[in-house]
Amino acid sequence: MSNFRAFLMGGGLALATLTTASAQELPEPAKQDWSFYGAFGTYDQAALQRGFQVYREVCAACHSMSLLAYHDLSGIGYTPDEIKAIAASVSVPDDPDDTGEIKDRPGRPSDRFKAPFPNEKAAAAANNGAVPKDLSLIVRGRKYGPDYIFALLTGFKDPPPGMKMANGMNYNTAFPGNQIAMPPPLSDDRVTYADGTKATLAQEAHDVVTFLSWASDPHLEERHRLGARVIIFLAAFSGVMYGVKRKVWSKVAH
Amino acid sequence: MAHTKTPSTFQNPVIRWVDDRLPIFTMISKEYGVFPTPRNFNYLWNFGALALVMLVIMIITGVFLAMQYTPHADLAFDSVDRITRDVNGGWLLRSLHANGSSMFFLVVYIHIFRGMYYGSYKRPRELLWLFGAAIYLLMMATAFLGYTLPWGQMSFWGATVITNFFTALPFVGKAITTWLWGGFAVANPTLNRFFALHYLLPFVIAAVVFLHVWALHVTGSNNPLGIEPKSDKDTLPFHPYYTMKDLFGMSVFLLIYAVIVFYIPDYLGSPDNYVKANPLVTPPSIEPEWYFLPFYAILRSVPSKLLGVILMFGAVVMIFLMPWLDTSKVRSAKFRPWYQWCFWFFAFDSLLLGLVGSQHPEGIWILLGRIGTLYYFGFFLILLPFLGWFERTLPLPASISESVLGGGKLASSAVAAKPMEKA
Repeated sequence: MSNFRAFLMGGGLALATLTTASAQELPEPAKQDWSFYGAFGTYDQAALQRGFQVYREVCAACHSMSLLAYHDLSGIGYTPDEIKAIAASVSVPDDPDDTGEIKDRPGRPSDRFKAPFPNEKAAAAANNGAVPKDLSLIVRGRKYGPDYIFALLTGFKDPPPGMKMANGMNYNTAFPGNQIAMPPPLSDDRVTYADGTKATLAQEAHDVVTFLSWASDPHLEERHRLGARVIIFLAAFSGVMYGVKRKVWSKVAH
Repeated sequence: MAHTKTPSTFQNPVIRWVDDRLPIFTMISKEYGVFPTPRNFNYLWNFGALALVMLVIMIITGVFLAMQYTPHADLAFDSVDRITRDVNGGWLLRSLHANGSSMFFLVVYIHIFRGMYYGSYKRPRELLWLFGAAIYLLMMATAFLGYTLPWGQMSFWGATVITNFFTALPFVGKAITTWLWGGFAVANPTLNRFFALHYLLPFVIAAVVFLHVWALHVTGSNNPLGIEPKSDKDTLPFHPYYTMKDLFGMSVFLLIYAVIVFYIPDYLGSPDNYVKANPLVTPPSIEPEWYFLPFYAILRSVPSKLLGVILMFGAVVMIFLMPWLDTSKVRSAKFRPWYQWCFWFFAFDSLLLGLVGSQHPEGIWILLGRIGTLYYFGFFLILLPFLGWFERTLPLPASISESVLGGGKLASSAVAAKPMEKA
């Protein structure tokens, strides 16, 4: 599609969204307890792996995470062999062979997460016209971040009496405008956790949001560690420089 | 000068050899060593040096980011994500650069307000002020261009809104906007040229900073009293007095900067910019970065688009005109009781306009935006010229040293004001 046409259509769509969904303010979601919040926050490794399991078994049916590669999973504690096995569980198109034919091959750790649909049109066609969002940066890309995603995943309710729902839409307390195309993805015992944790809706949501937070911000722990050192250094250096400045100026009236 | 050459006095033979041929060490010593500087600076005089520190940080981090960045509409967003995700230390570079723009503006705003309070723009420092205002204008352009580069939703729609200002120009507006875009909408050609210009302008800024500092070293610095140094008793050598004071200030400043970079890197940005640019979807609200909000409020304070754009650019022009709008001969607000009130109300007004700029233009915010805009221009165009004629200023002290030292013990302090010997 030409950019110009896209732009014109954008204007029309913008008007449409302005009059419906975004006319409503985003309700502030309830605050959850996240291990990665605060100056010394770190990701809970067990929650990350459980969250990846939820993503892989539930979300990945519709949602891509195209900015992550399989080898990135070393960041949530998987060994190289485990990563190889996870990557090999999908098949991806290989480079053209010597005859120019493109065959499928098992995935490698360097491959990006395989998307569930070949393109946006296919994704829209399979999902009642709505394209499922890529989840690589979903937490950083939303106001209230993890609290919002958690509220969304646990916010599916029956619509209040008298509310007219559009065709195929679902009622959600956290979503702006309360009508979302995504059907409720999680429920109690939707997955069976490998580590035996009881899979309640809240547990699943909490785990997958932890995983998605890590995916949005994989260097958070390194950032917090380095930050502490830099701040200790600068605080000490400020103290030293204050002493030097006082000493230098003590000889003159000012 | 070339004809009355004096042999260099440096002890080190290598330095002397260089200095006899290119007196760069003499210059450094003259401009940053023994340079006579008013002895009564407060900490607000740290912010010029801090602005230079920020410019250097921005250029260095920017050059390294550019090595990994792809200025193409289809690839830019992913390449920025790759920098934060995969490039070694990339998350740090990007956080330093993205939050650096906020810190740069913060420092420069304090620097400008300090100049306004103490009358640093007045004769003979008008040209110095003009260079400073030019730097600020160039910074605004650079920041706007740079914000487009990650090609997120707010990048794209911000660029669309800002470039659309030019369509308000009568007759030529549409043609100019098409020319700026390199097409009929913000798209790949726009991103390409914005990247080229974003890389170019910081070096133009560096050149104007050179002129700014040069002009400063001709007139010398203003000071909190706003009176010129009259004798050696009024000044101290720049080194070590102000080098050490600036280093202390810089360290405290970097500490605050580090807290943001390491602990709240997304606090000043919009989450919408972590969503890839999509011409089909408008974000719920399009809002500039905090440092542009007062101008955004002025733009929206009038219903006419053309008038709004004129007012917005006029708001920046006011800063350029300040040396000629202010008719008072007294520099420092310390001795101008009425101006002092007007100044603090102007500072409050700027913050108010910033708040108005962050709100949806409805209800009380429209009225507040109009009152704020009225006072903004009233301050420059009415208060500054007329206060100079009506205001009864307080008596100025005879000299800096008299004010600082209270008249006594001048002799002993003058001796102590000699440059410290190297330990």
